[in-house]
Amino acid sequence: MSPAAAPSRFDWHRLALWSVLLLFAAVFLLPMYVMVTTSLKDMEQIRQGNLLSLPTSPSFDAWSKAWSHACTGVDCGGLKPFFMNSVVMVIPAVLISTLLGAINGYVLSKWRFRGSEVIFALMLFGVFMPMQVVLLPMSQVLGWLGMASSLWGLVAVHIIAGLASTTLFFRNYYVGLPDELVKAAMLDGAGFWRIFWRIIVPLSTPITVVTLIWQFTNIWNDFLYGIVFSGADSKPITVGLNNLANTTSSVKEYNVDMAAAMIAGLPTLFVYIVAGKYFVRGLTAGAVKG
Amino acid sequence: MNTTAPAVGARSSVPFSARLSEWMPKLVLAPSFVLAFLFIYGLMAWNGYLSLSASRMLPDYSFVGFEQYGRLWESERWWVALKNLGIYSVLFLFFGMAIGLLLAILLDQKIRAEGVLRTIYLYPMALSFIVTGTAWKWILNPGLGLEKLMREWGFESFTFDWLVNTDRAIYTIVIAGVWQSAGFVMALFLAGLRGIDDSILKAAQIDGASLPRIYWRIVIPSLRPVFFSTLMVLSHLAIKSFDLVMALTAGGPGYATDMPATFMYTMAFSRGQIGLGAASATIMLATVAAIVVPYLYSELRTRK
Repeated sequence: MSPAAAPSRFDWHRLALWSVLLLFAAVFLLPMYVMVTTSLKDMEQIRQGNLLSLPTSPSFDAWSKAWSHACTGVDCGGLKPFFMNSVVMVIPAVLISTLLGAINGYVLSKWRFRGSEVIFALMLFGVFMPMQVVLLPMSQVLGWLGMASSLWGLVAVHIIAGLASTTLFFRNYYVGLPDELVKAAMLDGAGFWRIFWRIIVPLSTPITVVTLIWQFTNIWNDFLYGIVFSGADSKPITVGLNNLANTTSSVKEYNVDMAAAMIAGLPTLFVYIVAGKYFVRGLTAGAVKG
Repeated sequence: MNTTAPAVGARSSVPFSARLSEWMPKLVLAPSFVLAFLFIYGLMAWNGYLSLSASRMLPDYSFVGFEQYGRLWESERWWVALKNLGIYSVLFLFFGMAIGLLLAILLDQKIRAEGVLRTIYLYPMALSFIVTGTAWKWILNPGLGLEKLMREWGFESFTFDWLVNTDRAIYTIVIAGVWQSAGFVMALFLAGLRGIDDSILKAAQIDGASLPRIYWRIVIPSLRPVFFSTLMVLSHLAIKSFDLVMALTAGGPGYATDMPATFMYTMAFSRGQIGLGAASATIMLATVAAIVVPYLYSELRTRK
């Protein structure tokens, strides 16, 4: 909705409106500004200047240190191995959970059967439940399966944990597609899979993008599973960053911390800037449409 | 909710292919269904059993009834975690909702740069709490952060040590949490505002009602469903808060900023108190369920 705007005469209301909006914009941008500028300073400039001062001689030294030789606990190999773990983990986890979500959503919307709505409702709770209740048993299960402390264990957990939301996304989207499409195809003799691949999938581009982005953002940003289920060689980027920022050394290198935070945040930030519309759609769909 | 009528009727007059396509959907759904259910409800029950067991360092399945829950409610640290959750939830919900609603209403006034502003307000949601927590930790650190800035601006005696102050540290988590989530609330309310019928407002304007009055009397009341779902989403996020606490204060100083989720993690994975950790996880589950289940139930019922 949008109330009729006043004509273009100068208007104190408009001025107040813009002041508040811009003030909030500044508040939201400030931490990002501080992160970027701090990451380009050396410790000398940090001590000389203040939070808002621009770097006097900007350099990427802190970035290269954060990437390749900052200490995260006892290791001093930078964030690079953690970043690579996250990349290796996120690709299969996102693709598989999205594909399964699409198939589940297709069944739960176009091939309903007795009890399928109950199944859907029971699955929905998985979107909201506190994951703390699965941590202890799941670590035991992963141990039995020989996947404890491995990247594949983490991938498996992300796939299963993501099923509830990917199914929800696709199901709600497919409900909006006319049933006649499926009926017509059936009269032409098309079966379950043929209808899926030939008719449903080509119509799924928007929701697929929404789901891929949603899953990517969530899995990349996950910290809880990462810290509980990973071993020494399979820690994701968020755990690496947390270790780096909480490593107590004699001198706290805030510039390296900020560069590391930027490195960990850039992939999701990039996706957000390129495809923000789809990200927002995922956020609101996951939240409001139960 | 219609559970019986299939969207597409499979006819038994075409024997094999029809029977296959009758079974195919169930067959296809089965693996994810079984996995998801074992994961959600199986592990939930297992955790429930652990919470009734004598487990400490290792799982020990001898049944001890509600002993772990007794220990939990006697633990001072658990009470600190609950108190922190209370403080955090109330402030986080209040400020998150207030700022989010304000921004949504302001952005709804035909603002030319709406897209850019929305992108700015919402970008924190794309970042991990670990990333933003690390940034806030630097900004709020006593010494070189905000404190130094304010002193250089002429406030010589400005001190800001909340991050390391036992009684104040929880409020730094509120600041970072509200900053991260206000844009999300804005997006939800904005979607709600866009769904309101223009003609009602036009009519009210013709009747001579002022803009604030229209918002207060007509627009905000009609956002009630959005209000409830936002409240529900934010409160379950508050209960699950873990990443932000770990990144910003790691529960410290001492355990002054512990929350149920960090309590659970510490007990289960670093203190060797598996039974206690499981009991606290069960309490978290019960709290979230009490909020979410009625909501899901009404959502699924009202959707034809």
